[in-house]
Amino acid sequence: MSGGHSTYTPSTGIEKWIDARLPLPRLVYDSFIAYPVPRNLNYAYTFGGILAIMLVSQILTGVVLAMHYAANTGIAFNSVEKIMRDVNFGWLLRYMHANGASMFFVAVYLHIFRGLYYGSYKAPRELLWILGVIIYLLMMATAFMGYVLPWGQMSFWGATVITGFFTAFPIIGDPIQQLLLGGFAVDNPTLNRFFSLHYLLPFMIAGVVVLHVWALHVTGQTNPTGIEVKSKTDTLPFTPYATVKDAFGMVLFFIVFAYFIFYMPNYLGHPDNYIPADSLKTPAHIVPEWYFLPFYAMLRAITFNVGPIDSKLGGVLVMFGSIAVLFLVPWLDTSKVRSAVYRPWYKVFFWLFAANAIFLGWLGSRPAEGSYVHMAQFATLYYYAFFLVIMPVLGLIETPKRLPNSITEAVLAKSKKGGAVPASATAAPETKG
Amino acid sequence: MKTILTGFATLSFGVMLAVGLVGGALAQEEHSEAEPAHFPIIKPHQEDWSFAGPFGTYDKGQLQRGLKVFKEVCSSCHSMNLVAFRSFEELGYSEDQVKALAAEYEVQDGPNADGEMFTRKAIPTDYFPPPFPNDEAAAASNGGAVPPDFSLIAKARAVERGFPTFIFDLFTQYAEAGPDYIHALLTGYDHTPPEGMQVPAGTYYNPYFIAGKSLAMPKPISDDQVTYDDGAPQTVDQYSRDVSAFLMWAAEPHLEARKRTGFRVMIFLILFAGLVYAVKRRVWENVPH
Ligand code: HEC
Ligand code: HEM
Repeated sequence: MSGGHSTYTPSTGIEKWIDARLPLPRLVYDSFIAYPVPRNLNYAYTFGGILAIMLVSQILTGVVLAMHYAANTGIAFNSVEKIMRDVNFGWLLRYMHANGASMFFVAVYLHIFRGLYYGSYKAPRELLWILGVIIYLLMMATAFMGYVLPWGQMSFWGATVITGFFTAFPIIGDPIQQLLLGGFAVDNPTLNRFFSLHYLLPFMIAGVVVLHVWALHVTGQTNPTGIEVKSKTDTLPFTPYATVKDAFGMVLFFIVFAYFIFYMPNYLGHPDNYIPADSLKTPAHIVPEWYFLPFYAMLRAITFNVGPIDSKLGGVLVMFGSIAVLFLVPWLDTSKVRSAVYRPWYKVFFWLFAANAIFLGWLGSRPAEGSYVHMAQFATLYYYAFFLVIMPVLGLIETPKRLPNSITEAVLAKSKKGGAVPASATAAPETKG
Repeated sequence: MKTILTGFATLSFGVMLAVGLVGGALAQEEHSEAEPAHFPIIKPHQEDWSFAGPFGTYDKGQLQRGLKVFKEVCSSCHSMNLVAFRSFEELGYSEDQVKALAAEYEVQDGPNADGEMFTRKAIPTDYFPPPFPNDEAAAASNGGAVPPDFSLIAKARAVERGFPTFIFDLFTQYAEAGPDYIHALLTGYDHTPPEGMQVPAGTYYNPYFIAGKSLAMPKPISDDQVTYDDGAPQTVDQYSRDVSAFLMWAAEPHLEARKRTGFRVMIFLILFAGLVYAVKRRVWENVPH
């Protein structure tokens, strides 16, 4: 994707012929072979590639599942069980898809936290960040609707609770909910439209991913120092350097993925979803999938009315706001320094934020009663304060550590500390790539 | 990288501490013996299962005994709608034995050429016939409660493990909460309710029941009720073990294939990771980064 200058030189006649008509090989060459990446990327930077492969995995397993699945309330549950029992390797497909969704979220959360740690959202990467948040939103919508498809108790009641959020909005609330449900309650029309959208949205995600990668290839990647690339010695060609490092990261990720699929396939799910949906029996505790729990905790933390806003609307606003605030992050952070590596105080607040997010997740799995509510309120407060107070204020008052002049300088300083490598080695990669 | 690691260590430690403290504090909160608020009153004991762990396999003898208990006791109230007779071959029965087993049951079929429904002997491709024609009939015969279908019961029940056990479970591969629960429930009828507890009429006190202090199922099985011909002890404990294992099989018939495949996949991935790492080392050699 266009970074301006292309170094692709078609060598064979066929390549020349194609290049003159549709420069697809050139695009691939420039994006995944010659594309310069900062030489100091660590493994936190491998999650982008992992996310891409997880999207492919979800689409492949999903398309095959859809060949056997029936979106009708009378048979949906049994059609999934038929996949589990009678379709060849159906259990594998289904467990890959269900656990794949979880692993997709593991990767996206690590990817987002990487961005928050290294200040990846700062100029000139605001649009890149915003496209990422849009992907995340689409992922949440996709996963929510996918979870409804097996038509178990949690599918049904989760759908009921989540679509019910919209009724909190005055005037437009009820029509929105009815549009989502295709009626007044979760029923066959709901299942049908959710299946249709669940099939559609992943391809929209793929589309936004293309824009995301395009934007990335215009601005280039950040790196742990947060200093922009200044000279050729700061970068390495994507292949083989980033390719092989990403590949190693992916294989490690697959080991974790496989562990869940083959040994703990139901660990991340809820046992109630093995009970067919029953509109007359409400489960004792309705809990969403683990990746929604922090937001669920924030929703239920608002137990009080504020002026004309009752607690229900307040909770919904706080929940939606917790994601909306991500869109503003590029402008909320006032720091001149990009990376947390050189920001001693930001680093502390960042890790507190991460701990707080996990804590919110745990609270989301608890019933909303007693001291849990107070803890959730406190944790919600910190969640918002991190973005709305700490980010803007800290950037103005914090004294950052001294920044190195370039990536190369930082890298050489580090390897000198480690000993061994001669400085001349920096020139080597150009000849290798 | 190092900062990330130390950060992560502090982070996990912090979270553990916070959650631990909070969890401890909450455990102290009110609970009265006569009117408990959280169920089950007693958590199930963790049993040994042949199908647990990365190399777990079903014990076919045990599954056959479990099927016998199910057929002779539970199936008069509980259905098992998703399990076909043909799949009993996986319990070690021959094709003919399965045919004979199916033929013990009648199923409705039709309509025939005259438009009439008729009953016939079941064949291996039929599904296990339910004891009641519909939920209403099932509830009417069981004091208003429908005995749940057994096809997935072993995956549809799991007593919450609590913090930090649920984290350890990830590493010990604990995935037998269902059979542990069923075993505990079936062997849990002999407790007497604490003083002052009101047990609603038509229900039976069982401190292991996940959704209340008592349930509509009376103690379903007692010692020597089912005859075993392989010398296994004819006790409630053994019956419960066997039927729980059988129900795990019914819920997860491909468990053995899953774990076997998993082992190969893991070996492959680990070797592959080693190779990719070696290549990565080679490529990045002499390149400070
Ligand atoms: C007399 C009829 C009857 C027989 C026989 C019977 N059950 Fe039940 N069972 C019930 C009813 C009714 C319920 C529903 C109880 C309730 O929800 O209060 C039930 C519920 C259950 C449950 C679910 C409890 C829960 O967590 O919801 C399990 C497990 C169970 N039975 C196992 C068995 C096993 C194993 C056998 C055979 C050894 C068996 N039952 C025999 C009537 C029966
Ligand atoms: C962004 C990618 C995707 C995500 C995050 C996702 C997520 C999910 C989730 C969480 C479930 C419920 C799994 C369960 O508990 O059983 C599900 C089910 C399902 N998905 Fe997807 N999915 C994705 C892509 C797709 C695609 C592209 C298709 C079809 C072309 C698809 C088809 C299905 C089908 C048929 C089911 C029902 C079967 C089942 O429950 O296992 N999915 N999906």
